[in-house]
Order: sequence, then structure tokens, then C-alpha cells
Amino acid sequence: MSATEALQLDDTDRAIINEYQGGFPLTEEPFEDVGAQLGITAREALERVTRLLEDGVLSRFGPMYHAEKMGGGLTLAALEVPEDDFDRIAEIVNAFPEVAHNYARDHIFNMWFVLATETPEGVAETIAAIENATGLKVHNMPKQEEFFVGLRFEA
Amino acid sequence: MDDLDRRIIMATQEGLPLTLRPYDDVAKTVDADPADVIERMKRMLDQGIIRRVGVVPNHYALGYRGNGMTVWDVPDDRIQELGRKVGALDYVSHCYHRPRHLPHWPYNLFCMVHGKDRQSVEEQTARIAAILGNTARDHRILFSTRILKKSGLRLVA
Repeated sequence: MSATEALQLDDTDRAIINEYQGGFPLTEEPFEDVGAQLGITAREALERVTRLLEDGVLSRFGPMYHAEKMGGGLTLAALEVPEDDFDRIAEIVNAFPEVAHNYARDHIFNMWFVLATETPEGVAETIAAIENATGLKVHNMPKQEEFFVGLRFEA
Repeated sequence: MDDLDRRIIMATQEGLPLTLRPYDDVAKTVDADPADVIERMKRMLDQGIIRRVGVVPNHYALGYRGNGMTVWDVPDDRIQELGRKVGALDYVSHCYHRPRHLPHWPYNLFCMVHGKDRQSVEEQTARIAAILGNTARDHRILFSTRILKKSGLRLVA
């Protein structure tokens, strides 16, 4: 899919974004390989990745780890937060280092966060701690099966 | 996973160093041989501990301003077949079976849909609804109204 509008990206930037969402080389000089593939020098490939990160076109560069396979716990959970108390609750929830993402969403369940914990047991412990700190019931929605992960966004 | 794997994870989970020889720099940080760092990372990739190595575009910056969590109530005994079908669509990024929370939450299939704006997410959701037909008893789109936190996964020592 592609939805680029007013971004100042040239074809080489687009190639970096589109070709390297996976498969970045695990070699001594990976930017040599990337540069050779794109017809630029290693230095230029590195500079472009650096600039795309600085400009916020890329949000990350490196390995993406799989929490459960690292032996940790991962879940999605939802809260029903009173609107007039929303910011205070968001602060409490966000203060937990186990909360990796937190989104406001338009539903009676209006706060949705991902918990990533060191151990599988950490999920239940953190949920109990969040319930204790907020006084709200946490609706735990752990993944039961994964059908697909990994949209490749096109620039 | 042993101690060196864990040190590599901690040194790289925020990203690789922006240098011509990034694995050399990781090796220095974790006090190991560069060849071992590369070997370990290849192994973790094979084992699925690393999902992939590369760039992660900021989808807002690329013009994907619409992102909707679409949720569907489908029969449990057909969820695999239906989840795979929906997950294969090119505008769906994640597709999971998750538990219902009755009475407020009858939905068991979660699919993240991305498009350039809300309207395109709505159109794509309508296409999913057409694919699922009457096997989906109910569905909703939950748009994100605010990002409250986005720090990524983090392993702490």
C-alpha cells in the first residue's frame, strides 16, 4: 500500500523505506551491501537512514524483538476511564515501564495499552498493580492466536 | 537465550548504532567479538526472537493518518480460516484472535487497518465486512484519538 503525499523523498529514500523493512544485512559492513544494492556508497546509505530517522520518516532502525519468544509476557488491555479523569489515569498507566504503547480510542473502553513484561507472570502482576493504582478494572485481552503481523508500508 | 543474547538485546532494542560497522559498536558495548554478535543475531532471527532487522517507517509521516482497530465477532470454530483470510489483505497489519469480554465486548477477531485517512479505513473495513459476510455477527472500528505513550518494547536488566 502507498499513501505518500507531500513528503520530500526521492527514489533512493523510497527504496530504503520499501526494501529494508526487513532483511537489513547482518554483515560486518551492512551499509556496503545496502549501498551496492541501491547504487550509492555505504556512507550515503548510512547518511540517508540517519536523516530519515532525524526527520521522523522512520521511527526505528534495527532489530525488532518478539516479546514472548524472549521469554517475556505481552498483552493488550483496555480500561473504561471516566472522561473527566482521563488525563490523570493516563499518567498513572503510562508511569508503568511495562506499558509499551497506550492509545486513546473512541469506545466505552477508551484506553488501550500494550503490556510487555520480563516474565509471563509479570502480565498478571502488572494488571493487578494497575487496577490497584487506578481503581479501575483492566480488561485483559491476550493474543490467543496470531494470523498475521507485519504490514509493509510503502513510501 | 543466554547472558550474551540478553546483553545484545539490551544494547540493540532501541536501535542499531548509526555507524558504518554497527555490529562492531554493539560488540564493544556488550564486550564480545563482532562475529559472535552477528552470529547470535542471525540465530535469534532464525528462532523468531528477532522478528526482522530493518527500518520501521513512521506511518503517519508516510501519509497513513488513518489507523483503525477493527474488531469482529466471528464464530470461534471458524476464526482461523477467517483470520488468515483477513490477515492476508494488504491494508491489514496485525490480525489476532483475542478473548471476548461480555457484555461490553463480544469481539474476538482484532485486525489493524491502515489507510491515508479515516474514510479510507472505513472503506477498507467495509471490504472486510463484505468478505466476512454474515459470518461476522457484529463489528466496530475503534479509531485512535490520541497516542498516549509509544516507547516500544523494553527489556530491563
